[in-house]
Amino acid sequence: MNATATLTVTRAELEDFLFLEAALLDAWRLDEWLGLFDRDARYLVPAAGAPDDADPTTTLFYIADDHHRLTERIKRLNKPTAHAEFPHSRCRRLVSNVRLLGGTDQAFRATSNYLTYRSKMGETQTYFGHHLYEMCKVDDQLLITKKTTFIDADDIRDQNKVSIIL
Amino acid sequence: MASIKADPSAHRRVQGLVHEDPARGIFRVARRTFVEPDILVREQALIFDRCWLYLGHESEIAQPGDFLTRDVGGRTLLFVRAKDGVIRAFFNTCPHRGAMVCREKQGNAGMFRCFYHSWAFNLEGKLVNRPGDECYTTEAREAGHHDLVPVPQVDHYRGLYFVNFQRRSEPLVAYLAQAAEFIDLIMDQSEVGMEIVGGTQEYSIEANWKLLCENSFDGYHAVSTHATYLDYLQSRAGGLVKRNLSVGQAHDLGNGHAVIEYGAPWGRPIALAVPAWGVEGEAEVNAVKARLETRFDPARAERIACLNRNMVIFPNLVLNDIMAITVRTFFPAGPARNLVNAWTLAPKDESATMRERRLFNYLEFLGPGGFATPDDCEALALCQRGYANLSEAGWNDLSKGMLSPEPKIDDEVQMRVFWREWQRRIAEEG
Repeated sequence: MNATATLTVTRAELEDFLFLEAALLDAWRLDEWLGLFDRDARYLVPAAGAPDDADPTTTLFYIADDHHRLTERIKRLNKPTAHAEFPHSRCRRLVSNVRLLGGTDQAFRATSNYLTYRSKMGETQTYFGHHLYEMCKVDDQLLITKKTTFIDADDIRDQNKVSIIL
Repeated sequence: MASIKADPSAHRRVQGLVHEDPARGIFRVARRTFVEPDILVREQALIFDRCWLYLGHESEIAQPGDFLTRDVGGRTLLFVRAKDGVIRAFFNTCPHRGAMVCREKQGNAGMFRCFYHSWAFNLEGKLVNRPGDECYTTEAREAGHHDLVPVPQVDHYRGLYFVNFQRRSEPLVAYLAQAAEFIDLIMDQSEVGMEIVGGTQEYSIEANWKLLCENSFDGYHAVSTHATYLDYLQSRAGGLVKRNLSVGQAHDLGNGHAVIEYGAPWGRPIALAVPAWGVEGEAEVNAVKARLETRFDPARAERIACLNRNMVIFPNLVLNDIMAITVRTFFPAGPARNLVNAWTLAPKDESATMRERRLFNYLEFLGPGGFATPDDCEALALCQRGYANLSEAGWNDLSKGMLSPEPKIDDEVQMRVFWREWQRRIAEEG
């Protein structure tokens, strides 16, 4: 069997990576978080309740960033003029149910469930759902090539908006 | 809901909430209007129970049997296309005990069955089946009490469906007044029709609903609130056209409706390309523009293709034809919270690539995850919190450009149009 066509990544390795990702976001270390993404990566958040095969080219999402727009989103969130997140909200992300869904080290898929709390000006919102990741392992480093965050609620009336990275 | 007739002093209390002094160029709105539960009761009775309210677009229920459920004006409605193609709206409540007969957001059905006692209704709202039907008298059966209750008035203009909860009112087209001409500028973008693209943004803002009316066509806040969006536009190679923001005009369209129309530096998927769309994108846009020029005079073709419009149709329908088209409506859930539904509208016959560009454009500004809307939500929530001080700081100011001979889009004429109509209606005798 060709060694490059196998998946050597373990769940423990993946969990370490996803827990680090959550920690960077909780700490608002957004530039480092962006460093976890491949240079052609995409970051997507479909409308609440969307199916896993939702397509941003034919349906209206909340967020459908290419790498450039994601970079600009991070630049924006680092500015005091990103009013919705100034001062930065307090957030805590819980990540669980991590599963490898198959593929090879060059291209594999993974999923996790999340529960994210955001608190600002005395109000707390709760986001819950699952992430689908497309990833690769390059030079022994894991990289995200596509992250899709599904909000598994009927709508986001309770959350108001999606001004943080989930 | 409390009756507005119960308290005769209530009528007196809603005089002068909008204070206008044309001689001195002053226009102010009392902050009580955003806070007091009594005012929300009057808004329900005198505005939402009386005005034409947006329900949905015909493309959302394109096939016979298609339906959707939607909350409008404090009611929960069923919007359905029957087998004969006729579109109707019903109150989504069983005539028997009141349970909602349909619990799905949308779908296709041959009938609606209330699960509580299994009464079933056809797409025309008629009771067609129930257990134990033989136990009802002929009188009970034929009194007409056992069918779904239709919304008193349903009417449409260029594919947009509206409801009115009064049995009689001025017709929709008269109510729309000159707003109809501006709806035409959107609907004329395709010869085969416009459609709502799949996907609804259902979010909320912790602020009074009228603050979102103001914000939806507020040309004054763009540069300050949306600095990060404008930074983003600059960052994208070939993402801009050479057009200045804020050159434009505001128009009073009658009946409380108003619009601002202006040039802006962003691309428009109908027919204003940015360099980033490439040769292919430009060719596509040029073909659309050329076709518009054969259908309309050059000035109108230019307006449709290149100018942007933010319109509020009183009381709560926003049609913004900007970097994409957004259809947005919202209803109060208490004085300090409103529930927003937003969709995007597009030509049915545009290419898959242009549809992709349109959706990409939409999300960079609009919606709960955009580069701009979240900051609007934050601004409105901060206004609402600031009204905690209304006993001592009781008035909003909307005087900008009050005496300008030609109001600009960053003046506040469009909000004053809204507020004059709001005051007129809210001060009516119940």
